[in-house]
Amino acid sequence: MLRLSHINKSFNVGTVDEKQLFTDFNLEISKGEFVSVIGSNGSGKTTMLNIISGDIKPDGGDVFLSGDNITKMANYKRARRISRVFQNPSNGTCPTMTILENMSIADNKGKSFNLTKGLNNKRKDFYRSRLETLGMGLENRLGTLTGSLSGGQRQALALIMATLAKPDILLLDEHTAALDPKSADIVMRLTDEVVKENEITTVMITHNLRYAVEYGTRTIMMHEGNAIMDVSGNEKSEKTTNDYLKIFNEISIECGN
Amino acid sequence: MNGIVISIFEQGLIYGIMALGIYISYKILDFPDLSVDGTFPLGAAVTAALMLKGINPWLCLPISAVAGCIAGAVTGILHVKLKIKDLLAGILTMTALYSVNYRIAGAPNQFLMGKSTVFTLPESMPTFITTYKYIIVIFIIAVVMKFALDWYLSTKSGFLLRSVGDNEGLVVTLAQNPGTIKIIGLAISNGLVALSGSLACQRSMQFDITSGTGTMVMGLAAVIIGITIFKKIKFMRLTTGVLFGMIIYKACITAAISSGMASSDTNLIITVLFVATLLINDFTSRKNKKKGGVINA
Repeated sequence: MLRLSHINKSFNVGTVDEKQLFTDFNLEISKGEFVSVIGSNGSGKTTMLNIISGDIKPDGGDVFLSGDNITKMANYKRARRISRVFQNPSNGTCPTMTILENMSIADNKGKSFNLTKGLNNKRKDFYRSRLETLGMGLENRLGTLTGSLSGGQRQALALIMATLAKPDILLLDEHTAALDPKSADIVMRLTDEVVKENEITTVMITHNLRYAVEYGTRTIMMHEGNAIMDVSGNEKSEKTTNDYLKIFNEISIECGN
Repeated sequence: MNGIVISIFEQGLIYGIMALGIYISYKILDFPDLSVDGTFPLGAAVTAALMLKGINPWLCLPISAVAGCIAGAVTGILHVKLKIKDLLAGILTMTALYSVNYRIAGAPNQFLMGKSTVFTLPESMPTFITTYKYIIVIFIIAVVMKFALDWYLSTKSGFLLRSVGDNEGLVVTLAQNPGTIKIIGLAISNGLVALSGSLACQRSMQFDITSGTGTMVMGLAAVIIGITIFKKIKFMRLTTGVLFGMIIYKACITAAISSGMASSDTNLIITVLFVATLLINDFTSRKNKKKGGVINA
């Protein structure tokens, strides 16, 4: 489904801060997998996601999606097949537009944005039914500006919008990190439901080890540009947060932190 | 007195079309576009040149608008493709347009006395219409442009335009190129500004190469006045507010001049008025925040 092949990436080339993050990094994700990626700051999680989405170009290596080499494809062109939910809740919606307007533009993804009517009133009932699954009452507030919603509501809406036109792959970039614990749990549960229901291949970065244990079919731990742990299936279901924490601590001792 | 009021409305609506353009660039795209100081006289220059050649004055309006669209697209391309900062991209286009406008019009001033304009109505019209012909024609054109803009902003393409200024990242996730949308937005914006320039030229029967100075600040003032005053009224669209904003603005200028200030003082009045509205705007939105009102994200 998704393959990162021999990826090299350096930052701040030619300065004292030069850092080679990825050296010959390889990763393969199969169709239908729900991968949680954990790891400390600077371990390369977000860079990896940005290389997949096309926001960062690798110095070397290739990115394949369903067999197509998309390494040179612009980020917005890839977005036809890749959806993304960001850490910041305000990144996933348009604050000066209403919920209905936001849903309408998300629904039109992949189609032409021409001079026909922007609001999709015919699909109103469908939008309502999608919003109902959130259990936040948003289905009755289609005319509300999204800028006035809470972070949790916005993030839930962003998730629905990102999956409205089913993507080949869904990227979640610490999408619960900016939410309070309760909202984070709700959004995480919704994520799991949406992903399972639509069988979307998903890559989720999270700092919440509990989520990595409870959700997903595979867990990868990144450290200094390498996947130092990669478990799935039974091996994953046997892991607990303590196991992950232990590895984290081992890495930290190695680094002398 | 009656004459003064009508003149305020005439000027307010002519320049109101320009303010609609600035509403797109400044408010929707969040792009401080200074090229309008060049595209306003561009519209006038194109119109003057065409009218001197005897082209139908009604045809001058769309041709001027297209010229403005091209100039706006140039600013957009400078910014999006060549990565020049928004403010500088506008200044560059504005600077280049000074020479372009001179070339098009052939002189820094052109007088169009005796030429037929969009205000030249058949003799057979009732006297009521011929008496108020200026305001009637201007009103119709301004209202048509307002509704056309409202319509565009409600289309799928318009939705994208609205989201690109708000959240560029979202547009990328919708598999659309935000750069292209910005270029389109700037083209429409400057098209409206040039149309306004064409109308101003036909009303005053002259082209003056310096007529664009201060266009951006004037338009911005009208946009901010209009939105600050009229955003509370639910059933009214912001585009209507912008037109009213320009009328209020013109009324303030007229009042200042008739109270004894020289017309050369207008730039100073503009600036004072501008700062005043910014302060009022800031004050009212701060009051809203204290009340726990809508967050301006």
